Amino acid sequence: MNNNSMFARATPYLFGALFVIGLIAPFAVYPTFLMKILCFGLFACAFNLLLGFAGLLSFGHAAFLGTAGYVCGMLVRDVGVTPEIGIIGGTVVAGLLGWVFGVLAIRRTGIYFAMITLALSQMVYFLVLQVKATGGEDGLQGVPRGNLFGIIDLSNNISMYYLVFAVFCIGFFIIYRTINSPFGEILKAIRENEPRAISLGYDVAKFKLLAFIISASLAGMAGATKTLVFQLASLTDVHWHMSGEVVLMTLLGGLGTVLGPLIGAATVVSLQTQLADSVGSWVTVIMGVIFVLCVLLFRRGIVGELQALIQRAGIR
Amino acid sequence: MSHRGAASGAPVREFHMEIFGVPSALLGSQLLVGLINGSFYAILSLGLAIIFGLLNIINFAHGAQYMMGAFVAWIALTKFGINYWVSLLLAPIVVGALGVVIERTMLRRLYKLDHLYGLLLTFGLALIFEGIFRDQYGISGQSYEVPELLQGGVNLGFMFLPIYRAWIVVAALTVCFGTWFMIEKTKLGSYLRAGTENPQMVQALGINVPLLITFTYGYGVALAAFAGVLAAPVYQVNPLMGSNLIIVVFAVVVIGGMGSIMGSIVTGLGLGLIEGLTRVFYPEGSAVVVFIIMVIVLLVRPAGLFGKT
Repeated sequence: MNNNSMFARATPYLFGALFVIGLIAPFAVYPTFLMKILCFGLFACAFNLLLGFAGLLSFGHAAFLGTAGYVCGMLVRDVGVTPEIGIIGGTVVAGLLGWVFGVLAIRRTGIYFAMITLALSQMVYFLVLQVKATGGEDGLQGVPRGNLFGIIDLSNNISMYYLVFAVFCIGFFIIYRTINSPFGEILKAIRENEPRAISLGYDVAKFKLLAFIISASLAGMAGATKTLVFQLASLTDVHWHMSGEVVLMTLLGGLGTVLGPLIGAATVVSLQTQLADSVGSWVTVIMGVIFVLCVLLFRRGIVGELQALIQRAGIR
Repeated sequence: MSHRGAASGAPVREFHMEIFGVPSALLGSQLLVGLINGSFYAILSLGLAIIFGLLNIINFAHGAQYMMGAFVAWIALTKFGINYWVSLLLAPIVVGALGVVIERTMLRRLYKLDHLYGLLLTFGLALIFEGIFRDQYGISGQSYEVPELLQGGVNLGFMFLPIYRAWIVVAALTVCFGTWFMIEKTKLGSYLRAGTENPQMVQALGINVPLLITFTYGYGVALAAFAGVLAAPVYQVNPLMGSNLIIVVFAVVVIGGMGSIMGSIVTGLGLGLIEGLTRVFYPEGSAVVVFIIMVIVLLVRPAGLFGKT
């Protein structure tokens, strides 16, 4: 109990420090790399809301990331709207898709839930592959970044970075508020003991569905933003490998911790960037090995292990 | 109507019969392809079901193990000159033995945890296997020749039947029903069924449940490898051949429910046939038809066709 309050007291300082680091980071590190981390970080945080706090393993989150990316790309490139409208459009469509996935998947629990979301996202993958407007195998190329609100030119990497940073902060704030609300407490109750939550009179299906929609929308927000950053929406974003990657990021960083997914995303993205040059196709193997090690030896993840370490130090 | 059936090498133009305005040869050959895919769905979902029954995990590496079965056969033939018939036995043993090692060293540690960790572990293993084979052999497929005994085909009057394709269906069904017989009618099978219901009780009766679990995982994996050898001569032997197939098999398992062995077999075959029919009448829909059926089943009968609620 004592340690929890210690964490609670330290939290505002920690967030403050991270916020300041986020503000000055693009002057020290290559901005595109940072933007990639923030996009995947938001994606993983959104995923963690579902797995870490509601105990629902979705193996189809790539569908939301990818679909929102395509929607945003088409809106900005083919319809010609401003980037913020593109991001909002992508987020809304991902939320709607999340509603459809959620309604179907929460009819089953546990392993079936994971398999259903995986199968549905594979269906989305095939649709994206076949529909002409998405560019098929080539993906959606040459998406302009455009002018934010019609005023600020985003082709400048620094201004683009601050947009991505703002999007991340908004998404992160929504997740943080959700976790620390009565709604979030009920989600945790469902995760810990679903039959008891039902017997206490909660409409468990409704809570799960809402959590699923929030998670899908925010994953979509990350995907739409990512399309603007790289000016590209591609099939890899809807592929099931991406759904697996977000599980890895979350698990590696720390399941059910607030900052874990961001740390996990940063680690995985850095590793992939570093390894792509030196080992080529072994990246998949190394990702697999990390996955296996995480599951066997390291289930609390980086942030979870750190918290446990601090707690042990505090007791002594 | 396009002559898609011609791709399978059957001399389509010889047959003039039509069914629902579709040339009978086209309909026949697509139904046969459907039946073959259905046989693979059946054998793979059967493996998933028996592993799930006793271990309570979903073996995500099932597709990779199917792929490895095909590769073991291919390597055995090209490097050591070992023929198809030996491989049909050798590949399941090799890949099944690897499965036994995985169960003993890794999966065993996870039984007390949430079942989702088993899914995640096997997902990681699938990535490792796929990555290694991709690094060694690239993503272009290797071809495997149809064994001499099964080459050629028979003219059935309304279509041309390649013998190897008929063999796949026969072999897959024989193994499926053999497995069903072993589980439902033998003593070992009764231990297995009892272990699925109540492992503590079976252990208390003096039966070595951990050994039973190891055997079950090894057997399920061996089934996947067997399917891989069967597939080698008809599909290209390719590191990614299992990964897309396994997701369809997951949908098959959701549709059928994993409670019943016979249910897995019937659902697998049925969905393969439906997929084949879709390829005749609406080719664009054939990639997603199984997923659409899954959605309908979830809406109408969430527990699956053969599932227990």
